[in-house]
Amino acid sequence: MPRVSIEDLKKIRGNGKSGAKVIKFRTQVLVCAGTGCISGKSFETAKALETEIEKQGLSREAQVVKTGCQGFCAEGPIVIVQPDGIFYRGVRAKDVPQLVEAHLLKGKPFEKLMYTPPGQHQPIPLLKEIPFFAKQKLVVLRNRGAIDPERIDDYIAVEGYKALEKALTQMTPEQIISEIKKSGLRGRGGGGFPAGIKWETCRHAAQHRHVDPVLVCNADEGDPGAFMDRSIIESDPHAVLEGMILGACAIGCKEGFVYIRREYPVARERLSKAIEQARDYGLLGKNILDTGMDFDVEVVQGAGAFVCGESTALMASLEGRVGEPRAKYIHTVEYGYKNRPTNLNNVETWANVPLIIHNGAKWFASIGTGDVAENPWKGSSGTKVFSLVGKVNNTGLIEVPMGITLREIIFDIGGGIPDGHTFKAVQTGGPSGGCLPETHMDMPVDFDSLTEAGSMMGSGGMIVMDDQTCMVEVARYFIAFLTEESCGKCVPCREGLRSSLEILNRIIRGKGTEEDTGRLQEIAEVMQDCCLCALGTSASNPVLSTLRYFKKEYEAHIKKHQCPAGVCKELIEYSIDPEKCDGCHACVRVCSVHAIMGEVKKEHTLDKSMCIKCGACIEACKRDAIRKIPRSYAA
Amino acid sequence: MVETTKVDGILKRHNSKRENMIAILLDCQEHYGYLPREILEEISDKMNVPITSVLSIATFFKTFSLKPIGRYPIRVCNGTACNIKGSSQLVEALERELKIRQGQTTPDLQFGLDTVNCIGCCGLAPVITIGQDVYGKAKISSIPKITKRYRATEEKNAESIH
Repeated sequence: MPRVSIEDLKKIRGNGKSGAKVIKFRTQVLVCAGTGCISGKSFETAKALETEIEKQGLSREAQVVKTGCQGFCAEGPIVIVQPDGIFYRGVRAKDVPQLVEAHLLKGKPFEKLMYTPPGQHQPIPLLKEIPFFAKQKLVVLRNRGAIDPERIDDYIAVEGYKALEKALTQMTPEQIISEIKKSGLRGRGGGGFPAGIKWETCRHAAQHRHVDPVLVCNADEGDPGAFMDRSIIESDPHAVLEGMILGACAIGCKEGFVYIRREYPVARERLSKAIEQARDYGLLGKNILDTGMDFDVEVVQGAGAFVCGESTALMASLEGRVGEPRAKYIHTVEYGYKNRPTNLNNVETWANVPLIIHNGAKWFASIGTGDVAENPWKGSSGTKVFSLVGKVNNTGLIEVPMGITLREIIFDIGGGIPDGHTFKAVQTGGPSGGCLPETHMDMPVDFDSLTEAGSMMGSGGMIVMDDQTCMVEVARYFIAFLTEESCGKCVPCREGLRSSLEILNRIIRGKGTEEDTGRLQEIAEVMQDCCLCALGTSASNPVLSTLRYFKKEYEAHIKKHQCPAGVCKELIEYSIDPEKCDGCHACVRVCSVHAIMGEVKKEHTLDKSMCIKCGACIEACKRDAIRKIPRSYAA
Repeated sequence: MVETTKVDGILKRHNSKRENMIAILLDCQEHYGYLPREILEEISDKMNVPITSVLSIATFFKTFSLKPIGRYPIRVCNGTACNIKGSSQLVEALERELKIRQGQTTPDLQFGLDTVNCIGCCGLAPVITIGQDVYGKAKISSIPKITKRYRATEEKNAESIH
């Protein structure tokens, strides 16, 4: 289709009640095509659905739509049948004939594939009644699983590009900026800097220096355990683009970049496709919607460096240089990419923008905490997308209003801790964040509360840990990660991390000394004060927060040479509980070093001198008979 | 000797621009599977950029490898979610199975083993990827089965050639 006008956009929207062409079909079968479900072979499921629907002669009534990530990744591949709103989980190609026959032909939802909460027997048919979805508030993810992310018409039909229309025809750049400021939108990449203030500074810098400013969307989501940005781009790439075009209009940019991780091929492809479609429609490029505005976006691939999520490092990498950060005495909004004023925001921040312009700042500020109308620093408005993962029943991607408590997230939405274990900690903010214990469960989740508690919002990773997670090992894991990813430019970060790692490695081997915790603390404080960029200054958070809340575990490792969680290999040994062992031989079969002996139906024994503690036997044992016990030093 | 003819096309696609160096190296890595010395020298010559600058980028980013990474590069995700669900035990199991250490490639250049810092499939933790294939909720006991599958494909391919 060639360029569209504002009138054409209205026509596309008028194509049905909520517009989308897909509504013409009586039934829509939505198949999740997020990375999680794709790896669960959801494309095969979709293909089987299409074939089966045709075979049953339902092609004119039912349509299969491949949507973006539905969020409930643990239950994939996910299929939702609309308008009934029935949620099916774990739908494999072989289940499809039965499903189509029951639901689409006979009109009777197919119970076998419905979701049943852990510990319950009654399945829940309706998506909106499943606790995982019920407590969420979808703003950024409003279109997830509802539209085909690869079709621009679908997005336009659900009020897409309407904010752009409004901004270009009824608003001045200053008005757009003022609206964003009043909404209280703070940067979702982790820093929480008010977006409106950033835009305004960038616009002023460009006007003052008579240089064209540049727009950047940071999709270099490097935090391990976080996949919000990936999911947003995969499920609604046009929302991110529309946000960027609005930003460009407000700041006065003609050129924009999306810096995306190489590890996200699906997201990159969808985004590139969306950009092409927007260009075809004249929503990107020269003379956007015939209003005289020019703006285009280029997708640039990262090459696997965590530090490139930092704005100055990202810009260095955009220029084709090594991704090392620089000191920020002069901000990038003044001298950024190629020394031009550069406004960088995270994917989620951009995706919020169209809704703020469309629904108004007041609506946005009414969600969340604090009163942000006068001063965006005075609260956290809007919602936040989190990836809720780790030792929790319902893992996946969630969106919740700011101010919700950790307990509501982990126990109501997340469904609690699996396999009868108990909650120990929740880690937020990626490697720069911290671990919060049970006592903080009723704390509201917003930018300022989390920072105060010694963690941070970060980009939105939320990793739940249970009694089988060793907090010293978690601290060591993050420090090891950062040691690897530190660019090495400044001494406090490079050497501080290396020394911390050495100490932590000593502790998990049971060789720590009583002075070690003090040394860790000291190094951490120096790093907070002296490092060049945020990677370094926040790198000590995992150590400091675990020392603050879980000092006892450090002491157990150092004084008693024990790992209470049974994780640190050199402090534990495996043993077979004779009361539980029924001699099923499963462990004997999987043991690669033949350390377990015993005849079938008779009690098995484990030779500790041969055991390499690989964990295969624990995985194989159905009766939970193999235990990790503190290592006996006398032996 | 590595044939360097493809380099011209890649450079042309990126207008031989210095700021596209990362994209150029990514394309080379994609084509050759790693960055052979000859290729880096060719790029340095053709673009008139010192070899040290090319190498500084090729060694800074984790995607680039100066050694062959194997026909089936195995990546164990070591994101936080995978880590607390036992990804390090998976790495050890793979090391035993393939008889190589993390970061190495098998002598027959079939398998390479390394970790990756989160591929964003945390709902499926722990995750292993082999080439484009993703294995979620991976188990220590399933590792021999998985590697065997790739070895079998390999043998089949060899047979069909003869």
